Amino acid sequence: MPTVSLRVNGKEVSAEVENRSLLVQLLREKLGLTGTHVGCDTSQCGACVVHINGDAVKSCTTLALQVEGADVTTIEGLATNGELHPMQEAFRDNHALQCGFCTPGMVMAAIDLVNKNPHPDEQTVRQELEGNLCRCTGYHNIVKAIIAGGELMGG
Amino acid sequence: MTENGIGVRSLRKEDQRYLTGKGKYTDDLNQHGQAHAVFVRSPHAHAKLEAVETSLAENIHGVIRILTGEDVLEDGLGGIPCGFAPTGGGEVHEPPRPALANNKVRFVGDLVAVVIGETLDSAKRGAEAVSVTYEVLSPVISVAGAGDKDSPEIHAEAPGNLCFEWSLGDSAATEQAFSEAHHVTKIDIINNRKIPNAMEPRAAFAEYDAGSDVITLHTTSQNPHIVRLLLGAFVLSIPEHKLKIISNDVGGGFGSKIPFYPEEAVIAWASRKLDRPIKWNSSRSEAFLSDTHGRDHVTHAELALDASGKFIGLKVDTKANLGAYLSTFGPLIPTYLYATLLAGQYTTPAIYCQVNAYFTNTAPVDAERGAGRPEATFVVERIVEKAAREMGIDPVKIREQNFIPSDSFPYETPVVVAYDSGDYKPTLDAALNLIDYKNFGKRRSHSHNTGKLRGIGISSYIEACGLAPSNVAGAIGARAGLYESAQVRFHPTGSVTVFTGSHSHGQGHETTFSQIVADKFGIPYENVEVIHGDTEKVPFGMGTYGSRSLAVGGSAIATACDKIIQKGKTIAAHLLEASEADINYREGVYSVSGTDRQSTMAEVAFAAYVPHNYPLEDIEPGLDEGAFYDPKNFTFPAGSHICEVEIDPDTGVVEVVNWAAVDDFGNIVNPMIVEGQMQGGIAHGVGQSLLELCIYDEGSGQLVTGSYNDYAMPRADDFPDLKLGFTHTPCPHNPLGVKGCGEAGAIAAPAALMNAVTDALGTENIDMPATPERVWRALAQA
Repeated sequence: MPTVSLRVNGKEVSAEVENRSLLVQLLREKLGLTGTHVGCDTSQCGACVVHINGDAVKSCTTLALQVEGADVTTIEGLATNGELHPMQEAFRDNHALQCGFCTPGMVMAAIDLVNKNPHPDEQTVRQELEGNLCRCTGYHNIVKAIIAGGELMGG
Repeated sequence: MTENGIGVRSLRKEDQRYLTGKGKYTDDLNQHGQAHAVFVRSPHAHAKLEAVETSLAENIHGVIRILTGEDVLEDGLGGIPCGFAPTGGGEVHEPPRPALANNKVRFVGDLVAVVIGETLDSAKRGAEAVSVTYEVLSPVISVAGAGDKDSPEIHAEAPGNLCFEWSLGDSAATEQAFSEAHHVTKIDIINNRKIPNAMEPRAAFAEYDAGSDVITLHTTSQNPHIVRLLLGAFVLSIPEHKLKIISNDVGGGFGSKIPFYPEEAVIAWASRKLDRPIKWNSSRSEAFLSDTHGRDHVTHAELALDASGKFIGLKVDTKANLGAYLSTFGPLIPTYLYATLLAGQYTTPAIYCQVNAYFTNTAPVDAERGAGRPEATFVVERIVEKAAREMGIDPVKIREQNFIPSDSFPYETPVVVAYDSGDYKPTLDAALNLIDYKNFGKRRSHSHNTGKLRGIGISSYIEACGLAPSNVAGAIGARAGLYESAQVRFHPTGSVTVFTGSHSHGQGHETTFSQIVADKFGIPYENVEVIHGDTEKVPFGMGTYGSRSLAVGGSAIATACDKIIQKGKTIAAHLLEASEADINYREGVYSVSGTDRQSTMAEVAFAAYVPHNYPLEDIEPGLDEGAFYDPKNFTFPAGSHICEVEIDPDTGVVEVVNWAAVDDFGNIVNPMIVEGQMQGGIAHGVGQSLLELCIYDEGSGQLVTGSYNDYAMPRADDFPDLKLGFTHTPCPHNPLGVKGCGEAGAIAAPAALMNAVTDALGTENIDMPATPERVWRALAQA
């Protein structure tokens, strides 16, 4: 089996993977990072979104071997020294999560969204969330949290 | 007032772990030596199972074992039982459901075999190599024709595919009312079949300990104790102490994780048989096929009115689809959770409802957020709206003149329930204000000027929550009690652990229940830990569904807290050298009347565990109390939702532009969480009304909408900013005065939305979901 080497949440890691292994399998099964979830098999729910070199990407649709040498951030890598990332904080403060299953992907997508558009309006946030499904919240508070998180991140 | 006590918008305690990727969902578990399971499912909707050939698959590298229906028979496993058979109607035909099919398959996705492999990939390869010979039969798909004479027979035990005929209400009195009617409004309704789609697919992970002969099953259940009861007593025939069920973090349920599923039985059984930890995780494609579905009613209803628009009678005739087998609560949904709500918020004196429930070659149908009550509300609120239009009465006025007056509670309806409390007009008035109803005409003109159609629709719903008084549940056909248990353990140093039989899969119980305890004991909510979802830790439980957790589970917690406070009184009297009659208790402090002598809850707790100075002759040491709370009645939350839509007549696209919801849930413990439940519930209802439709191909029985490519899930841009308000008529019969809020949005929303759509279109001839194509066609035909 080939080996893939990359940086995950700031740490250098290597693992043997099959050619067909997906990034989400590498994260969940080889590295034990179970915060990244799998909610569908058609690349639509977004529960598996992580950052690859700063961009939000669906890890269920990325081969593990594609991330050779890359910098991957998962939900486990956002908080620093026990302090939540501003977007995590905004999700908590705005009650933007209920069952928590879509939350990791939603937060990772949200950070990328405001990185690229620091002051999104409500309609923009709603449209940009096309790739993330949530069945609990009706998205209402997620939209509010993303706008608030953008402000907290310093725009 | 206690910080983070009852009524406070406390932030959720569970969020820290969910936001940092530390949630523990079933598929996150791994165990040394674990094997993986993949199910072989029927690709046919209806077929005889002639042969299951496994020898090729068994030789695939990594395949450990393949189990089929023959193994199930050989090991004498019991079938998957149903937990409810409605009384008051005809015979309930209850065909057996084996854990793995043994001579017939009855829906696409029905279980044929399980392949256990060293890895997931080897199990998958094995599953592909299992060769099954079927004799394909014609399927029965739609409920409308399920009982036709020439329909194929699905179960030998259910002639005509009929599960039961059932009715509620006074037929003669209703016919009499219709004979006196000034006007009769008729409506035909299809309540579209939905797929619940919790974001976490179902999963099961079983470990067998040969040393103790105990099976531990981790599963995605809303009610682990019910799984233990059904799996232990009915399938494996093992006692409770040899079976542990754990449901840690569960990623949404919406009803689909209530039922006890055959996959759970098979994984537990296989783990013991192979003496290996075995892991199964449903793919989303499997979830579409095999999770229980919701709704699927075909209804004809008629409303009789007098000349003034007063409702004098309601007749409802419903065909309900139960799917291929009876799921755990399947028969409850279209009977006692449906027909009992047909009075709505109104004084309609005579109601009669006939329900015929059929088997079809589709996935079993069970609870889906609201479960029966959305179907009832849709019938009532659509026909009321249509009647108002036909008689030229304002839709607000027709509702107001038929509302049950606020001084009539408890109110006995003609469909066997007694509403506990309510005040409907102020709730509707508040919703009308919130949506600026009086200026709707201006907004409609504005839309008209831009080439759009605008409509407004009201839904004044009633629901029954807090399932249920056990004696009532037993009388109507439930095969279990519906109380809830709680154990409240006050620790020596002042912190508290609560063990609850309710189960949280997103509802925020760890926060809400902590607030109740914090309020009772005057301690910070951070000092309260809530444990749920583990049959070994929690004394007993009936789980979470029917918006029952706070009204029933919360009441059990409050009752256990009161027992602790009462015992503390005896201890405090001893410590303060006073008579117990002179001890007052308030927010964590015991005091002696008329003095400044006092003892804190923490001091009392310490004395209870270090009883050096303690009334040992009168009471035992320790401060640990349990309660089983059996509700005295259902609770009856109610509210009014008003929806405003704008429709593009060229494309048929419906945009929800305005939504106001005012709900009466009695007392509210955490308004932030309740608002979240409303937003999520409304999203389910909007999804059903505009987007979601489960389609099976009538000829083949294949699920056409079996992925997120084909099944339209609501997305963020399908909603406007929702306007929410609350009124508060406390429940008079539970200690917290609470009613339940989890399903209200899904119950109220479809009628509000379809009343708005039909108002905009000027035609009643459109069914849910109001997709652009349907809207465009309705306009073309109008």
